[in-house]
Amino acid sequence: MSDPLQLPTVGTPFGASPSFTELLRDQRPEALPAALTEAQPAFPVPHGTTVLGLKFDGGIVMAGDRRATAGNLIADAKMRKVFAADEYSAIAIAGVAGTAIELVKLFQLELEHYEKITGDRLSLEGKANRLAQMIRGNFPLAMQGLVVVPMFGGYDDRRDVGRIFYYDATGGRWEEDDYQTNGSGSMPAKNSLKKRWRPGLTRDEALRVAAEALIDAAEDDSATGGPDVARGIYPVMIVVTAAGAEEATEDDVRAAVEAVIAERGGAS
Amino acid sequence: MPYVAPEQLMKDRSEYAHKGIARGRSVIGLEYAEGLLFLAENPSATLHKISEVYDQIAFAGVGKYSEFEELRIAGIRLADMRGYQYGREDVKARDLANAYSQALSSIFTQQMKPYEIELLVGEVDGETDGTSIYHILFDGSISDEQGYVAMGGHAEELGDVLRDRYQAGWDLETAVRTAVQALATTPETREVPAEQIEAGVLDRTRTQRRKFRRLTKEQLADILAP
Repeated sequence: MSDPLQLPTVGTPFGASPSFTELLRDQRPEALPAALTEAQPAFPVPHGTTVLGLKFDGGIVMAGDRRATAGNLIADAKMRKVFAADEYSAIAIAGVAGTAIELVKLFQLELEHYEKITGDRLSLEGKANRLAQMIRGNFPLAMQGLVVVPMFGGYDDRRDVGRIFYYDATGGRWEEDDYQTNGSGSMPAKNSLKKRWRPGLTRDEALRVAAEALIDAAEDDSATGGPDVARGIYPVMIVVTAAGAEEATEDDVRAAVEAVIAERGGAS
Repeated sequence: MPYVAPEQLMKDRSEYAHKGIARGRSVIGLEYAEGLLFLAENPSATLHKISEVYDQIAFAGVGKYSEFEELRIAGIRLADMRGYQYGREDVKARDLANAYSQALSSIFTQQMKPYEIELLVGEVDGETDGTSIYHILFDGSISDEQGYVAMGGHAEELGDVLRDRYQAGWDLETAVRTAVQALATTPETREVPAEQIEAGVLDRTRTQRRKFRRLTKEQLADILAP
C-alpha cells in the first residue's frame, strides 16, 4: 500500500458494506484478479480437472483429484482443487488453475470479512448467492468459456441439512439433490456416482463412493489423475457436517481408495 | 470567529472527550497463560465492545458506540486488505494501532468535536508466545501496555486494583474472575451479574488460524459460579 498509515475510507453512504470484493474494487482495483478477456488463453496454462460433491447422512463430501494439466503436459501432480470456504462450507473448482485459486482466496475472504464486519455468519443460501454474483462480476467471460466452474457445498445449520450448489455458464445457481461432478472427467465420475450413490450413505461409505468416482474418472479421462499409491498422492476430500468442515485425513482417504482397489482385484 | 488560544481549545476538547468517556463503563485487558483476555461490562448482548479483527488481533472500544464501531470496521478493512495484498502473517497489531492513533489524532485537531472513545488493540503471537496490547486515547496518544490495562469510566481505580492483584501466568478462569471482581469495586462495591459481562479471548491454543473466540454466556456463568 502506498499510504500505509491511512485507514481506508470509512463507511458507504448508508451502512457499512460487508463485502470485501467491493472494498477491493473501490480502493485497490489493480489488486483484483483481472477478468479474463479471452475465453481461452492462447497458450496452455495449468487446468484443474475433476471435482465432485455428494450428500450423505449428516452432511456432504467434496472431493477432487490432484492433477493439473497444461496442454498435454502434467503441470502439477499434487494440486488442490477443494478448499474449506469457511468453518461450515467448502468450494471445489475445475478450470484454469491460477484464476480458480484466486477466486477461492477472494471468496474465503469475502465470507470472513462479512462475518467480522456484521458479527454474523452468512446463511448457506447467502454464501451460494454471493459466489454466483462474484463470478458474474469478476470473471464475466470466464464462465462463458467454462474457464472456471465452481461447485459449492456446506452444512445449512438453519435447516439442519447438507446442501450442494453448482453453477452454469450464465452464472446461474442450481441446487443439487444428490451428487454433482465438474471438470474434464465429470462424465465418467457422474456415471460412477449414478451407480454407487444411494440416499443415507454413512460418512465412510461416502468417502469410498467419492474415491471410486475419481478412480473411474482417471481411467477414462487422461487429464484426471488417479490415486498414486506408490508416491502417496491421494484425492483431497473435505467433509462438512453440523460439526464443521474438516479435511478427511490421509489415512481415511487411503482406506477408501484401497477398499475400491481391493474390490477390483488390485487394479486401479 | 473569536480568537481562542490553542491551549484553551485543546483543553476544552480534552475535557469534552474525557466527560464522554467517563460516562461509559470500562473494559479490561489481561494477559493470561494461553493468550489475551478482553472483558467488558456491557448490558447489551448484541452491541459488542469487543471484536475480532484478524487472525491474531482483537479490538475493544469504550465510549460512544457509533464512533468506535466506525473505527472497528475501518480496522477490519485495513487488516483484510493488507492480508490480501501481502500475506496473512504481515498483518500486525502495531500497524493497526498506529493507523488508529493517526486517525484519532487528526479527528481531535481537525473535526468539530473529538471522538469520545478509547481503544485497545491486542495481539498474540503463536510462535514467540509474545503478547502485545496497545492503548489508544481520544487524542491519538498511544501506549504499549504490559500484562494488564483498564480503560473507560473508572480506568484509574481499576488500574490500581489490577496492579495489586495481577500475576503473570494465570489460567483463563482466574483472569476472568479477577477482571470481574475488579469491575465490581468501582464506582462502589456492587454485584456485576454474569449476564452483563462481555468477554473475548485471543486463544493461542486454538488450532484454527483465527485465534479469537467469544466466551458464551454459559461459559461465563460457569466460570463465575460461586
